Amino acid sequence: MDLNTVWFILIAVLYIGFFLLEGFDFGVGILLPFLSKDKDMQRVDVNRRVIINTIGPHWDGNEVWLLTAGGATFAAFPEWYATLFSGFYLALFLLLLALIVRGVAFEFRSKDSNPRWRSLWDWAIFVGSLIPAILLGVVFGNLVRGVPIDASMNYVGGFFFLLNPYALLAGASTLVLFTLYGAIFLSLKTTADLQSKAHIAAKRLWIVAVLLLLALLIATYLATDVYARLGVNPGVVPVVGMVAILLSGFFLRRQRSGWAFATTAICIAFSLVTCFMIMYPRVMISSLNPAWSLTIYNASSSEYTLMVMTIVAVFFVPIVLLYQGWSYWVFRKRIEGKPESLTY
Amino acid sequence: MDPLILARLQFAATTVYHFFFVPLTLGLSILVALMETFYVRSGQEVYLRMTKFWGKLFVINFAMGVVTGIVQEFQFGMNWSEYSRFVGDIFGVPLAIEALLAFFLESTFLGIWIFGWDKLSKGLHAGAIWLVAIGSNISAFWILMANSFMQEPVGYVLRNGRVEMDSFSDLLLNPNLFVQFPHTVLSGFTTAAFFVMGISAYHLIRKNHPDLFRRSFQIAAMLGAISIVLVILNGHSQAQHMVESQPMKMSAAEALWNTESPASFSLLTIGDLSQRREVFSIRLPRLLCLLSYNQLECEIKGLYDLQGEYQAVYGPGEYIPPVAVIYWSFRIMVGVGFALLALALYALFLVMGDMLQTRQRGLRLYVFAIALPYLGTTFGWILTEVGRFPWVVYGLMTVEKGVSPLIGAGEVGFTLLVYTLIYAALIVADIYLLNKYARVIPELSVTGTLTEAGEDMPSLVRAQG
Repeated sequence: MDLNTVWFILIAVLYIGFFLLEGFDFGVGILLPFLSKDKDMQRVDVNRRVIINTIGPHWDGNEVWLLTAGGATFAAFPEWYATLFSGFYLALFLLLLALIVRGVAFEFRSKDSNPRWRSLWDWAIFVGSLIPAILLGVVFGNLVRGVPIDASMNYVGGFFFLLNPYALLAGASTLVLFTLYGAIFLSLKTTADLQSKAHIAAKRLWIVAVLLLLALLIATYLATDVYARLGVNPGVVPVVGMVAILLSGFFLRRQRSGWAFATTAICIAFSLVTCFMIMYPRVMISSLNPAWSLTIYNASSSEYTLMVMTIVAVFFVPIVLLYQGWSYWVFRKRIEGKPESLTY
Repeated sequence: MDPLILARLQFAATTVYHFFFVPLTLGLSILVALMETFYVRSGQEVYLRMTKFWGKLFVINFAMGVVTGIVQEFQFGMNWSEYSRFVGDIFGVPLAIEALLAFFLESTFLGIWIFGWDKLSKGLHAGAIWLVAIGSNISAFWILMANSFMQEPVGYVLRNGRVEMDSFSDLLLNPNLFVQFPHTVLSGFTTAAFFVMGISAYHLIRKNHPDLFRRSFQIAAMLGAISIVLVILNGHSQAQHMVESQPMKMSAAEALWNTESPASFSLLTIGDLSQRREVFSIRLPRLLCLLSYNQLECEIKGLYDLQGEYQAVYGPGEYIPPVAVIYWSFRIMVGVGFALLALALYALFLVMGDMLQTRQRGLRLYVFAIALPYLGTTFGWILTEVGRFPWVVYGLMTVEKGVSPLIGAGEVGFTLLVYTLIYAALIVADIYLLNKYARVIPELSVTGTLTEAGEDMPSLVRAQG
């Protein structure tokens, strides 16, 4: 395997890491206003703090997966980085804005007791989680479908081209899938009332997620060149993804939330792997002329740079996995809704 | 408006804004880590309260640094796609390494630190904040490696119409990096030291928790004095390096239009920018030679001669950067540096003489001095970055060639406007919280466990005055 392929895989891994970790973060943020509802206003605030604390120690570290994926794309495939970020300009700008207000909101919301202050930041957490959950689907939908890229590797489509039905369907799918994933996560990390509410939400969201993923599967055959590339039988990866989401419904009904979480994670990971399989060896598919597509060869850095980066990644990715895994171990306990035991 | 101007404005605005938060993160992480280490070693509760108090301010500031940093990571691709294509082979590497080595470390362990008070042993908990401090400071190393390549390209070959990496070790050993990194990090320590001294002075004047704030002031005064001395010494070597590597920047910083031998140092120069000449100037003879080469005889080339030399090498064009901006940025930075040196030495004098309780008027100075390092670091960066004009990569690519070709003024203008509005709203919230938590002191509850200075806690104590 050449280094270009190695880096294509590594970048896929980084995005998968990001989806798997920040995916439930986004879901938790989206569910924040809904699952915290209570007649007692004091209870609402405690519920919100519990919900935020389930991801409190982790969300920032999870988000670094995106920064690392972006940095790695810059280092390994500068042309991809340049075309993607200058091309999907406003979409990515919206993504950045969402991440900015969301990140600040996590730290700021509990540092003042004024209800308007808190509801402002809670709203920022909700919108700041909702927008990325949709946009990530839209971006990957367009990456798979192909976009107008000219002979000099520049995107010439404009913002509204990105909002085509296929990409929007992909955006709806990531939105619901992440929300489902977040609901299951919450049912694993909370107790009592919140836990059962999260569980009920997960069961409802699961139905929508399955329907959307089926629609996306069919649409992928219609809108992309997956048929020409992979044939009628797309192979084991997408099938595993679909089976996993079906299994997750089974586990949800049996109250086996841990298994439901794992199978939803498998579905997310394998769906994303499918995206990268459709793209490979292209990284930006040109809908104008196949010859104008960016590939892992014409978009890559030099052999030497890829080698340097490979050495760095081999040493440090395992270390990161180790200590990030440890941080989940430290905070493995469920969070109870007792105000006196909550970290603010 | 020209999209190039707007893209430059956007880069300047978002970067300067981002750097409001970075220096404090660099230094305050170290100070909080020191305080918690003292707590672990001595077991004295006052150090725990110091850790909690300053830690809270650290976290508020850190959040702003993180989110504004996300924009920096992606702005190159968005507004500067041609630049990204040209330098990606080299420039992307430190960015990726920074994320992998530093961002993961600092964000993961800060999460552990904030939420892990009752989940980890004391030593392990202190270890977490040390890892945050190390992460923040190595993050500075990698991003300055990227910036150093823009200032002084090394370790590359021009191939396939772009710069390709030729030697990773040359990039790591870039001479510019070794003057710029200490300067930046030590300025960060200085910023944090004056932040802590200023807020401590505020409380000492009001006689709030004198023990807590006397100790805070002492630690900060030590760190501040050591750091500012090193910043100035290192700034001196940095300037000497600049004379060699970017003579145009140095001559612009001195508003030296005509070559001088021996060269004088400008105390105050008023110029006529439209005619590009000096109108009035007070100059100290030979001092620039002393500063640049440690000797009394030397020749420093003026802007006109350098312009001629650059044209001979790079072809026709404008190579003189905006002289007034650079001249005054340089003077503000250096002026701030020496003011901080005086204040740091006076702080040491107060600490050594045990006069923190008595010298009220002297202490008041430090409350206002909180702003000074921010002024210094901001203008330091303006000098560094504007002084590189017209180059985005020195000698290899001009700024105008780096911009995204198909991004129009509407898009850059719109995003610039929205960034400005959001950033303005965020700074209001940030200053509100910093101001609030700078006045609130964490109290020990009856049971001996510490409650947070959050509004939810009943044992909240608000400082008097």
